Order: sequence, then C-alpha cells, then structure tokens
Amino acid sequence: MSHKSFLWLCLLPLAVVTTAFFVLPTGRLVVAGADGPQGLGGYFAIVLEPRFRTTLINTLVLAAATTLVTLIVSTVAGLFLQRNRFPGRSVLIAVLTFPLAFPGVVVGFMIILLAGRQGLIGDLTNRIWGDKVVFAYSIYGLFLGYLSFSIPRVILTIMAAVAKLDASLEEAARSLGASPWAVQRDVVLPALGPAFVASGAIAFATAMGAFGTAFTLATNIDVLPMLIYTEFTLDANIASAAALSVGLGVIAWAILALARSFSGGTVAAAG
Amino acid sequence: MRGRLIFTGQLAFTLLVAAFLAVPAMLSMSAGVTVNYFRGLQSGVTLNWVYQVFDLYSEAIARSLLIASATLVVTLAVGVPAAYALSVRGGRLSRLVEEVITLPLALPGLAIALALLLTYGGFGSFRRSWLVILAGHVVFTLPFMVRSVMAVFATTDIATLDEGAASLGASPWRRFRDVIVPNARPGILAGSMMVFTLSLGEFNLTWMLHTPLTKTLPVGLADAYASMRLEIASAYTLIFFVMIIPLLLLMQLIADPEQRR
Repeated sequence: MSHKSFLWLCLLPLAVVTTAFFVLPTGRLVVAGADGPQGLGGYFAIVLEPRFRTTLINTLVLAAATTLVTLIVSTVAGLFLQRNRFPGRSVLIAVLTFPLAFPGVVVGFMIILLAGRQGLIGDLTNRIWGDKVVFAYSIYGLFLGYLSFSIPRVILTIMAAVAKLDASLEEAARSLGASPWAVQRDVVLPALGPAFVASGAIAFATAMGAFGTAFTLATNIDVLPMLIYTEFTLDANIASAAALSVGLGVIAWAILALARSFSGGTVAAAG
Repeated sequence: MRGRLIFTGQLAFTLLVAAFLAVPAMLSMSAGVTVNYFRGLQSGVTLNWVYQVFDLYSEAIARSLLIASATLVVTLAVGVPAAYALSVRGGRLSRLVEEVITLPLALPGLAIALALLLTYGGFGSFRRSWLVILAGHVVFTLPFMVRSVMAVFATTDIATLDEGAASLGASPWRRFRDVIVPNARPGILAGSMMVFTLSLGEFNLTWMLHTPLTKTLPVGLADAYASMRLEIASAYTLIFFVMIIPLLLLMQLIADPEQRR
C-alpha cells in the first residue's frame, strides 16, 4: 500500500464517525430549526419574540458577569500564586484546581450545600441575624456555580501566562521609577491580554451553554439552555428548540472563534 | 512593611477563593458519612448512605464505566490514526477537518444531543440503547484525543521519523505501529485520561440522550440531588470524587512539569 493511501485509510474512521454522528445530525438540526410554523422566521424569533429576547439578554448578562468576576478573581489569585513561594503553596494550587473535573451537576450541588435551604450561608446568617439567606435556586446561585466552574480553568491559564512573562520588562519599568501599581497596570496586565481573551472566552461560552448546573439548581431559571430544554421536553416544540440551540451554538462558536483570532491560541469550551 | 501587607492581603484573598471552592466539597464529603446532616457530625458517622447509593445506583455507575471505556476505545481507534494523518499531511484540508472535529467543543452539549435525537430518534433500538450515549460522548471527546496526540507530533517532527523508517523499507502499517504510536505515547496517555474523565462526568448531552433504562452516573447524581435526602446525594457525590481523584492525580503527573514548579 502506498504512503498516500495509508494516510487516507487513517482518516477514514474519523470521516465516518464525524459524518454520521456530528455533521449529518447538525445539518438535520439546522433544517429542523426552519421547520416550524414560521419557517425560516423561527430563527429570528430568538431576537424578535419578547419572551425569548428576555431570556437571551439574561443569559448574556449572566455570562458577561461570570467572565468579568472570574477574570478578576483568577488574576489576583493566579499572579499571587505564580509570584510567591511559601509553604503550602502547592496544596493551595491543588485545592484551587481540583474542581476542574466537576461536572455541572456536581457544581450545582456544591452551590446548594453553600447557599441552599440546608446550606452553610443560610445556617450562618440564621445564627447571626436570625434570618436565613437562601439564594441557590435562582440566577444568583447559577452565577456562583459558574464562578466555581470557571475559576479553576482560568487560574491555570493565567498562571501559565504569568510564568512565561519576561521578568526583565518589569525590572526595567521599576528601575525607570515606575510604582508597583504602575508596573502591574502598564506592563503585567497588558502582557496577559491574550490569556485574558482566551480564558475569558471559554468562561463566557461555558456560562452561556452549560446546562447541568442550572438543571440541578432549578428548572425555572430563565436562561437559554433551560429554555431550550423546556421547549423540547415539556412543550414538544421541536422547531423552536432546534432554532434556539442553533442560535446558542452560533453565539458560543463566534465568541470562541473571535477570541482565537485575537489570542492565536487554542480555545475551547467544556462541560 | 508594605510588601508584607500586600502579600498578606493577596494570601487572604486566595485562601478565600480556595475556601469558596473547597468548603462545599468538604461539606458534601462529610454529609455523605454523617448519620443526620441537620444535627451535624455529633449524630455519628456511618457508611449506610454509601451502601444505599450502591443499592440504588450501582447499575448507573457500572454503565458509566462501560460507556467511558467504550468511548476511550473508540476515540483511540479513530483519533490516533487521524491525528497522525492530519499531522503528516498538513495543508488546507487537514486544517478544515481539524476545525470541523473541534466544533463540538464550542457547541453546547444540548445542541449536539438534540441533533442526535432528531437524526436517530426513529431508529428505535439504537435510540433506546446506551450506544446513542456512546455516539454523543465520542463526538464530544474526540477532539481532546486528536489534539492531545497532534500536540506531541508537533514537537517531535514526526514526518522525518516516518520518512526515515520508510527509507529503511518499513511498510506504512509497521511504521505506524513501531514508530508513530510509541512516539505519540505521552499524548495518547494524556488524551486517554481526559477522554475517560470527561465521559465519566458528562451530563449535558447524556441527560437528553438517556432513557430510564440507560441512566449513567451523572444522570443518577442529578436524580439523587432532585429526589433523595441530602445524605444520600452527598454519599453519591463522595463516590464520584473517589472515582475521579485518582484520574486527576494521574493527569497532573503526566501534565507538563512546568506547572508543578
């Protein structure tokens, strides 16, 4: 067998599997989205129909807030961990990255233990003020869940980026009389730009499309994945579920593609 | 003095973040072995909840292990040769193929599951079996395997090795078996860990694809969170942690040593 035909043979299983279980089904999904009573108009319903539009805006705000807070928290912690050596540092890093493998459902349960009816926050506030604070089963609980989902991933990216920073640049800035704050603002943060874009995009796309956490917390949280789920299972509205998930997919893909063209790195969502 | 203050402030902040991530996990682990979570640990320690979870969900846990293993086998058989061909061929077509197979990472699991349901919902026996879940897991995890192996090929100049072996008269199959695969070992190992862990915890796709007879571990978890008492839900989570922690530790061991400095 020639080298060339062997290479084609190597690609054959991939072609079969991808075509059968991804390319064809996705095509079917796109067609199904235009198969409702409104035809192609089904695709515009995501922005034109007020109910869908509210959900879309909710989801975008949630994803943006998650991304912003995750980036701030992870940068402070990541810079600190990469720049300082102290006893217990590796344990701290392990604790911060351990939740990396938690599926969304488990993250949801963690939030219930933290802020649910029998949760820690409710227990503490009950003892202090005699008033139980419970917010797990709302969009705030979901926000907290996405934070704990994204922080481990983003911290790892930021730490890797900080490790690659050229220390001599900061040295130079300092020797030219820049204050520590100015060094951070003008040298360190701009150099971390690509890492921010790459990991921020992942956090954003995940917060938009993840389903497990919301499902565990409450099925009536008004975000896009829950809307798709209820359209499909409860209302059996397949065309609109398909159109919404294509819309969600396009947004998530576009954000990741945009981030990739900015940062040049490889960017992918998970969970 | 000032540096000391900044250090303490940052340390306190980082500890707070760690507490936010770790305290619920610790609560869950302790709740899983507490007689009564509401009364706390003084009510006693028990393994009863863990046994009950095995009674209720052992089938789901076993099915998840089966699906994760099958996903691993398929992604190895499909992904490793593909990564080799894509690395050696290069060019526009290879980049396009890579782009298409990494698309499932950007798409929400819900969309992929819906697409599979719409396409194969009519094939009753396939739809009802665990194989439809396997199909979803393969689509979702394949890019991790392909990329992980390609990343190794990118640093080892696989084309030169391949040509060297070819000039010595080795057949393509022998080159693949004796030169390519051994050189790809670190990538294959890292990819395998990733695929297995992801498949074991996958929920977004699986929830839509499962039937009452094909529940998986995370589907069972969601079920326990929704309808079982907190102690059972916690014991189940504890079992899941015990299953994935060795995988995670292995992954960190083979991950790039730079992170562990």
